[in-house]
Amino acid sequence: MQIPYTLQFVNLLAALLLLVVFAMLTQRRILSMINLFAWQGFLLTLSTAIVAYSTNQHHLYYSAGLTLVLKVLLLPWLLHRLMRKLNVRWDVETLINIPTTMLVGIALVIFAFNLAAPISQLTEGITRGLIGIALAGVLLSLLMMLTRRKAVTQVVAFLALENSLFFAATSATHGMPLVVEFGIALDVLVASFIFGIFFFQIRETFDSLDISNMERLKDD
Amino acid sequence: MMENSELIFAILFQFTQLLLVVLAAPLLTGWVNQCQAWLQNRSGAGVLQPYRVLHKLFNKDAVIAYNASPLFRATPYIVFGCMWLAAAIIPILAVDLPFSRAADVIALVGVFAVARVFIALAAMDIGTAFGTLGARREMLVSFLAEPALLMVLFTASMISHSTQLPNIVDTLAHHQFVIYPSLAFAALAFVIVLLAENARIPVDNPNTHLELTMIHEAMILEYSARHLALIEWASSLKLFAYISLGIALFVPHGIAEVGNWAGLPLALLTLVGKLILAGAGLALLETVSAKMRIFRAPEFLGTAFLLAVLGLLIHFLLGA
Repeated sequence: MQIPYTLQFVNLLAALLLLVVFAMLTQRRILSMINLFAWQGFLLTLSTAIVAYSTNQHHLYYSAGLTLVLKVLLLPWLLHRLMRKLNVRWDVETLINIPTTMLVGIALVIFAFNLAAPISQLTEGITRGLIGIALAGVLLSLLMMLTRRKAVTQVVAFLALENSLFFAATSATHGMPLVVEFGIALDVLVASFIFGIFFFQIRETFDSLDISNMERLKDD
Repeated sequence: MMENSELIFAILFQFTQLLLVVLAAPLLTGWVNQCQAWLQNRSGAGVLQPYRVLHKLFNKDAVIAYNASPLFRATPYIVFGCMWLAAAIIPILAVDLPFSRAADVIALVGVFAVARVFIALAAMDIGTAFGTLGARREMLVSFLAEPALLMVLFTASMISHSTQLPNIVDTLAHHQFVIYPSLAFAALAFVIVLLAENARIPVDNPNTHLELTMIHEAMILEYSARHLALIEWASSLKLFAYISLGIALFVPHGIAEVGNWAGLPLALLTLVGKLILAGAGLALLETVSAKMRIFRAPEFLGTAFLLAVLGLLIHFLLGA
C-alpha cells in the first residue's frame, strides 16, 4: 500500500521530532538545548501545516502560525534573553551520566511504542505510529526534567513536553478546537513568564539556579 | 542461469568499477583535503597531492624494524586487499555486479574487521609504545563503531527484506519513491560511524602526529615507503568504500543496472556529483567540529548506536 506523500512527510517529521528530543536529552550546553527547542517548534509548525493541508482543516493553519510565532521565535528569544540577564552559560549538570540517560531513553521509547500499540489499533490508517512517537517524546521530556539539576533546563524540558503533546493532538486526532489550542498556547507563554520570574527569585535566594538548594528550605 | 554474453558484460562492469575505484580513491581524499584547505583559508596542495605522495612513497626504499615479523610485512597487502574487496562488493557504479552476490552486508563488515585486526596486530608487532597505544585506541573506537554500523545496515535490510546489498539498493533506488524516516536515523548514525572508522576529526585527526591524540597514525608509525603507500592507499579506499556505501544505502538514485552500457555515463556522472558533494560535506563537518577527547569517543559512538537502534524501532512502529 502506498500512503500519500504528505503523510509520509508527517511520519518523517515525527521521527525528526523524536530525534530532536533525544538530542536535547544528550545535550550538555543550555544554549544548544534552547536552539534545539526552537528547531522542535519549527518541525512542529511544518507538521501542523502539512496536516492542515492534507486534511483541509483551516484552523490548523492558525495553530501552525501560532506555533511558529510562539515556540520558534518568542519563547527561544525569551529564554536567550533570560540566559543573558541571569548571566548563566554553564554546562548542564545531569544527575545521571549521559550514556546511561540515553540507554534509559531507548528503554522509554520501547515502552512508549508498546504502550501506544493498542491505542493505535483503535485509530485507523495512516497516523497510527504517530501516537507512539508523541508518547515517547513526552516520556523523554519527563526524563529530561528528572535528570537535570538546573531550573532553566527543566523549563526547557517542560516546554519540549508540551510540544510533544501538541504534536500528538495535531497529527493523531487532527487537532483540538482552536479555542483550546489558543488557551494552551497562552498558558505556556504565561508559564514561561512566571518561570522567568522564578529564576530571578531562586537566584536571589540561593545565588544559584541549582534546584537541589531548595531542599534547604525544609524546616527541621 | 545467466547468458554467456550477459555474464561477460557483468564481469566487464565489475572490472570497470574495480579499476575506477582504486584509481579514483586518492582523488577523493585529495578533494576532501582541498575542501578543508579552502574552508580554513589555505590554498591547499591540490586534489592530486595524494597521488604525488603515493608516487614518492613507492619510489623510496623500505625500512623495516629489526624485530619485525612476517606479519608486519604482510599487513599492508592484506589491508589493501580487504579494502579493495570491500569496494568490489559495494554497488558503486551498477547494481547486481557478480562480486556483490559473493558477500552480504554482514560479510562486508567482517571484511572491514579483518583489515582492522591485521593493522592492530602489525602495530603491536614491533613492540613500540606508540603502536600498542594506537592499536588499543583503534580497538576501543571500532568495537563501538561496528555494532552501530551493523544496526544501520540492519535497518536498511529490514526495509528491503534482504541483507544482500544489490537487493537493498534495488529496493531503494528503483521502486516507487518512499520516504523512510528510519533511514534518516540510520543515515545520521552512519555519518558518525564513518567519521570514527575513517579517523576523521571529531574522533581522530589524520594529520596529527601528536601522541596524546593520534589513533590511526600511531599504528602506522613504523611503516615506510611502499608499505606506507599501500596503507595510505587503503585508507583512501576505505573512505571511498564508506562514502559509496552511504550513497548506496541512502541516496542510490541514478545507479546503473548491469548490462546497461547506455546508462553508464549518466550513472558515472551522478556518482561523481554525489562524491563531490559528500567530500565537501565531510570537509565542512570536519572544519566546524572540534576534535574530542578520546574518552568522549565512546559517548559519541554510543550515540550512533542508539540512533541506529532508534531507526530500527521507528521502522517497526511506522513500517517505513
